[in-house]
Amino acid sequence: MTLIFACIFSFIYSITAIDAQEFEDPTIEERYYKLLEVIRCPKCLNTNLAGSDAPIAKDLRALVYRLLHEGKSDKEIRVYLVERYGDFILYDPPLSPKTVFLWALPVIGLLLVFWVVLKVGFQKNQPQLSAEEAQRLEEVDRS
Amino acid sequence: MATKSSSSRNARMLLFIPAIFLVALAIVFLKSFEFGPRDVLPSALVGKPFPEFSYSELHNGQQLTRSDLIGEPRLVNVWASWCVACGVEHPILLEIATSGVSIVGLNYKDEPDTARQWLLERGNPYDFNIVDREGLLGIELGVTGAPETFVLDEHGTIVDKHVGLISEATWETFKSQYFSS
Repeated sequence: MTLIFACIFSFIYSITAIDAQEFEDPTIEERYYKLLEVIRCPKCLNTNLAGSDAPIAKDLRALVYRLLHEGKSDKEIRVYLVERYGDFILYDPPLSPKTVFLWALPVIGLLLVFWVVLKVGFQKNQPQLSAEEAQRLEEVDRS
Repeated sequence: MATKSSSSRNARMLLFIPAIFLVALAIVFLKSFEFGPRDVLPSALVGKPFPEFSYSELHNGQQLTRSDLIGEPRLVNVWASWCVACGVEHPILLEIATSGVSIVGLNYKDEPDTARQWLLERGNPYDFNIVDREGLLGIELGVTGAPETFVLDEHGTIVDKHVGLISEATWETFKSQYFSS
């Protein structure tokens, strides 16, 4: 049942999302669909251009199509969009002074966890009881 | 003895650090819900000159270019007759125009006949209207829909941008910041 639904929805998704565009060059077609995946629809906040029905997304798809056929590189197209819509238009924000914290955060978190694990791990390996304490423990055990 | 057990307790306390980190992150994310994402979206074009364009005027068909926007600070209002919110925003635009501030309309992806009719019925707050039927100037401006309003200084540089309806409060802020002299 779930599978049937999944099939139906994935079908609907694929037909609503992409306008009928014709490509003579398969490499351009491939780049077109790849770009649509990584460019965000500026109106819908969490949908990419490939998946959005918003009018602006349709316009931007047409724009990407046009720019590709004008011979622009993928990078040039991304820059073109960022200049007009800001970093927000890309799902992967570029590394800049403003976003460096964003990129560093996972690394900082991971290092923090490593540090704690190491620190606590070492504590565990050290003998916890002094000789006197150990002796007393033994005595208690025996009694 | 005492130092040893307290140092191991300290080590155990360290285990809370990732948890605290996580909670802090959760608070930051929760807080960010309070802002509409659109309110915090900066315009990439603020501080840049209004893009070059060449489109016809809605009523007289004359070619308009960027130089028509230079001379005094003004608002450029993106609107369309199909845009319901634009109708809601309209009265305040009329009010602003009456107060002597120049508003230029960017008629966005609209049918010129319908647009003219729309202005005839509601009054025309615009000095002139740039007809952008394909929404191409809209893309140059990073417009995502209508209404959107840009504030231009006398050199034709974009100094601010508002996405969505202009409220009394928005206008008061703009007025005091850019149209006070």
